[in-house]
Amino acid sequence: MPLETDLEPSREHPHVPGPSLWPAGFAVGVVALLVGIVVNWVIVGIGAVIAAAFGFLWARDVARGRGLADAPEVEPERRDGRGAPKTHEAPRTTYGRSAFLEIGTLGIGGLIGGLVTLPALGFMLMPAFLKQKSGAHDLGPLTDYPEGEFVVATFMTNPAQGEVSRRTAFVRNNGVVNNVPSFTIISNHCAHLGCPVQPLTAVPPQHKLYRDVTLIPLPTPPSGFSCPCHGGAYDTEGNRTGGPPVRALDRYLFSIRNEHLFLEAPYSVSHVDGVGASARIHKYTFSFPGEHLDGPESWLYPIQPPH
Amino acid sequence: MAAPSSRYERILYPVDWLEERSGLVGGVKYFLFRKVPGDTNWFQTLGSATLTAFLIQAVTGVILAMYYKPDPQNAYPSIVHITNDLWAGWLVRGMHRWGASVFIILMFLHMGRVFLFGAYKYPRELNWIIGVLLLALGLAEGFTGYLLPWDQTSYWATTVGININGSAPFLGPFLAQFLQGGTFINADTLSRFYAIHMLLLPGAIFALIGLHLYLVIRLGVTSPPWSKHPAGSGPVTPPAVPPRTGLTEPTPRGGSVRG
Repeated sequence: MPLETDLEPSREHPHVPGPSLWPAGFAVGVVALLVGIVVNWVIVGIGAVIAAAFGFLWARDVARGRGLADAPEVEPERRDGRGAPKTHEAPRTTYGRSAFLEIGTLGIGGLIGGLVTLPALGFMLMPAFLKQKSGAHDLGPLTDYPEGEFVVATFMTNPAQGEVSRRTAFVRNNGVVNNVPSFTIISNHCAHLGCPVQPLTAVPPQHKLYRDVTLIPLPTPPSGFSCPCHGGAYDTEGNRTGGPPVRALDRYLFSIRNEHLFLEAPYSVSHVDGVGASARIHKYTFSFPGEHLDGPESWLYPIQPPH
Repeated sequence: MAAPSSRYERILYPVDWLEERSGLVGGVKYFLFRKVPGDTNWFQTLGSATLTAFLIQAVTGVILAMYYKPDPQNAYPSIVHITNDLWAGWLVRGMHRWGASVFIILMFLHMGRVFLFGAYKYPRELNWIIGVLLLALGLAEGFTGYLLPWDQTSYWATTVGININGSAPFLGPFLAQFLQGGTFINADTLSRFYAIHMLLLPGAIFALIGLHLYLVIRLGVTSPPWSKHPAGSGPVTPPAVPPRTGLTEPTPRGGSVRG
C-alpha cells in the first residue's frame, strides 16, 4: 500500500454523510428564527431552541463519526471479469493537530464573520419593519368640513421628512348620528398598485391651509374616484366599480379632540355595504395595494409585515 | 534577466520587468490570444458588447455620483444642475440614461445568440445560469436607477414597481416594505435605492462577470451550429514560436489565433 493513501485516507476512501434528520430540524429552527424576527419574538425563541438542539445533536453525531457512513466500495472492473484484488485497509481515524487547527480557524473565523455581519444585515432589514406607526394627525377644526361634502386633505405624516411624507385623503362629514359624529375618510392610494386616485369632479385651485394641511373643498360632489395609471374606478364609498383593483380603497380611522378632526391609523377595506354614516365597512389589516383581503386569493397573503 | 541589448528589447523592458514579477503579461496574453473556432461569427461579439455597455454604465455612473445628491430635497435639482449647468453633464447623463437601455437590450441579444447557437449546453450550463443571474441583476439596476431622477414619472413608476413586488404571494409584502424602507415611500427610500443601485448591484455584477469570463476562457467559445468542423478538430500541439516575442505575437502558452 502506497504511503500517500496512509496520510490521506479520505481521498482513497471517501466518507459520505449518512442519513440523518438533524440537519433538517436545524434548518427548520433557523427558518422559524428568521420568520420570528419579523413576526414575534416568541417564535424567535422557539426557533433558536430548535436550531440549538438539532445543531447540537448534529454536531455530536458528526464529531463521533456516527453520522458518517463509508461510501460503498466498488471494485474496479478488469478485463477478465474478476474484481481487482483488494488493497485497501480500513482508514485510521485520526484527529490530529492540523485538523484541530483547521476546525478552530474556520470556527473562529465564522464566529467573527457572523458577529460582524449579523448586526449589519439587521440594520439593513429591521428599520423597514419597526416603528412604522405614525401618531394621530391634526387635520384642523371640524368647521372646515361641511356636512355631506368631500374635502381633499393633504398632510405630512412626518413634517421632519418634508414633502416626501405628504399623503392625501378624501374626507366627508356624514353628520352626527346618535350624538356621534361620523366621517368617511378614504385614502387616495389606488388598491391596484398605489397610484393616486382622483375625484371625478372639478377640483378648484382654491385651498385652505392649516399648519402642514391643505384643504380643498369640492363644490360639486364627485361621482366617484378614478386612477390615472391603469384606470381603476371607485364609487364615492371607495368600492371598486371597474378596472384592475382587487378591493375597495383604504380608509383611515379618526378621532375628534377639542373640535378638531384627527387622523388615526389607516386600514384596508374589502368592500363597503351601504353609504355614509350607515355604511357597513368590511375592515382588514392595512395591506399593500394589489393584495386580496377576502376570498381564496387572500390565502396567498397569510402574514403581513408589521405596520 | 540579462540587460536589454537590442532596441526592441529596450522598448519591451518594462513589460518584461512586470512579467518577471507578476506573470500578468502571460495572463493577459492567455486571455487575449486564445483559440477560437475558425468559423466564429460576428454574433459572438454580443457578449463583449454587453460587457462594454456595462463598463460605460460603471464609468459614467461613478462620475454622475460626484454631482448627484440622493435626498428628496436635492435629488431633482441636482439632476437639473447636471443636465443644464455642468460642462458635458447632459452628455454623460445621456450616456448613462440611454446606455442603460443599450445594456439591457444587448443582454437579451447576447442571451438570444447563446440560446440559438446552443451554447448553453454541456459543459456551459453553469455559464448560462450565471448569465441569468446577471440578467436579473441588470434588470434590478434598471429598476433602482429609474427612481433616482426623483421626478413624477420615476416616483410613480417606482411606486407601481414596489407594489407589484408587494402583490407577490407570501413574502411579497415583506419584499415591498424592505424595498421602500417602510410602509410608504419615504426619505430613506431614495438613498436606499441609490445605495443598491451604485454599490450592491454593481459589486455583484462585477463579481459574476468575472466568473462568467473565467468560464468562457476555461471552456472556450462554441462553434456556430452550421459549423462544418467537428468539435475538437483543431491542431493538437501549438506551432513552435521563438521565445519572448513580446505582446505583439501569440505564444505557445496562449495558443494561436491563426491555428
